[in-house]
Amino acid sequence: MGAFDFGAITRALPYLWDGMQLSLLLTGLSAAGSIVLGTILALMRLSGIKPLQWIGATWVNFFRSLPLLLVIFWFYFLVPLIAQRQVDAFQSALVGFVLFEAAYYCEIMRSGIQSISRGQAWAGYALGLRYSQTMRFIVLPQAFRNMLPVLLTQTIILFQDTSLVFVVGLADFMTSAVTVAQRDGRLMELYIFAAAVYFLMCYGASLYVKFLQKKMHQ
Amino acid sequence: MIEIQHVNKWFGPFQVLKDCTSRVEKGEVVVICGPSGSGKSTLIKCVNGLEPFQEGIITVNGISVGDKATNLPKLRSHIGMVFQNFELFPHKTAAENIALAQLKVLGRSEDEARARGKLLLDRVGLGEMGHKYPSELSGGQQQRVAIARALAMDPIAMLFDEPTSALDPEMINEVLDVMQELARDGMTMMVVTHEMGFARRVADRVIFMDEGEIVEDATKDEFFGTPRSERAQQFLSKILHH
Ligand SMILES: Nc1ncnc2c1ncn2[C@@H]1O[C@H](COP(=O)(O)OP(=O)(O)OP(=O)(O)O)[C@@H](O)[C@H]1O
Ligand SMILES: [Mg+2]
Repeated sequence: MGAFDFGAITRALPYLWDGMQLSLLLTGLSAAGSIVLGTILALMRLSGIKPLQWIGATWVNFFRSLPLLLVIFWFYFLVPLIAQRQVDAFQSALVGFVLFEAAYYCEIMRSGIQSISRGQAWAGYALGLRYSQTMRFIVLPQAFRNMLPVLLTQTIILFQDTSLVFVVGLADFMTSAVTVAQRDGRLMELYIFAAAVYFLMCYGASLYVKFLQKKMHQ
Repeated sequence: MIEIQHVNKWFGPFQVLKDCTSRVEKGEVVVICGPSGSGKSTLIKCVNGLEPFQEGIITVNGISVGDKATNLPKLRSHIGMVFQNFELFPHKTAAENIALAQLKVLGRSEDEARARGKLLLDRVGLGEMGHKYPSELSGGQQQRVAIARALAMDPIAMLFDEPTSALDPEMINEVLDVMQELARDGMTMMVVTHEMGFARRVADRVIFMDEGEIVEDATKDEFFGTPRSERAQQFLSKILHH
């Protein structure tokens, strides 16, 4: 192996950057999609309408009982079957992430919605707003804001979890690091570098979450 | 204008409203009082359909609140409501609070809604406060914004649920003054309050509730002169001597 070779990292940077872009894109799209889906599921769980409540609860319990890795595999094979055509690995991974993560975001949004007093919704209805308008303009913006730190924390976890797309051959940041490490025989350099990057990004983001929380409780 | 006929309501096995019957004429101010838990809030929430009731009929301007075919959002947009805890939307400024339903329910333009909001903020003495968030306003100011928000819908009647009971004593009057002025302008009002001074000055009639029943429904003079029921007498002596 020899001495620690920084050159091995710098030479691989453009390639690793491509991987990071894929990781970030997957994280961003998955988070956006699963927050929307999770919010819909949360509204279903809180709707007081039995069949909708059942669907929401089942969804959450189902996906929270499965390993994410299995879900990614599953959609890698399932999505092309359902779509009846070739689907690239990124799209099928995205679908898997959205459906899976929605279960977690659902529970976050549910407690966020429940944290808003009934009086707020009453005030909306009393002004003549419909249910959907009351949710959209009054309850959800407040729920979202109250839950922002928790939503971000979940998104940090999601970012780490995107490294699992390794198994379907997507060149995310982690996979790119592994590829370079094996190609160049520079395992130590690349794995330490990857760990440092994940640590700095996630730790930095979690500090930001702490800062947000402090600011909100002022 | 508002007609309440034999309304019964249960929360599970617990009966909150028992055969409540009353009516409020156009331009009339009716004060509702009674001990805590007697069903006052529930009754006025039934009037605009925020609480469903199982039996009886409530009509507002001839429209039945309990009827499944009634367009409740539309009906509610004509009935202003003011809450004990103000219930301003904390993520919106005072002006945005007043504009929201004008835009989304009445379909007014931004300019119209803003102009109307400004006018009403002036009317409640808060002309310069439109850009402030609720958290930057005192309780009394928040409640006045809430009244302006309700008035912006050009309501045919206003419902108040203990509008001053969450306020520091020194802020009560600024809110009561706005309400008194509204009454003077001929607004139809149902007001749940324990402010007997306000009732004496402003009310046409007083309803006294106890344990879900309307025990007394009398003109102001009758009520403060010689209430017929013992329960109302007890309540009055308690509330006036503390
Ligand atoms: N959602 C609910 N579920 C069950 N019981 C309720 C509910 N809302 C109110 N109640 C009960 O109904 C009764 C009447 O409540 P309501 O709020 O109408 O009383 P109130 O006269 O307004 O009292 P207060 O002066 O304390 O505001 C109370 O005993 C209360 O505990
Ligand atoms: Mg009450």
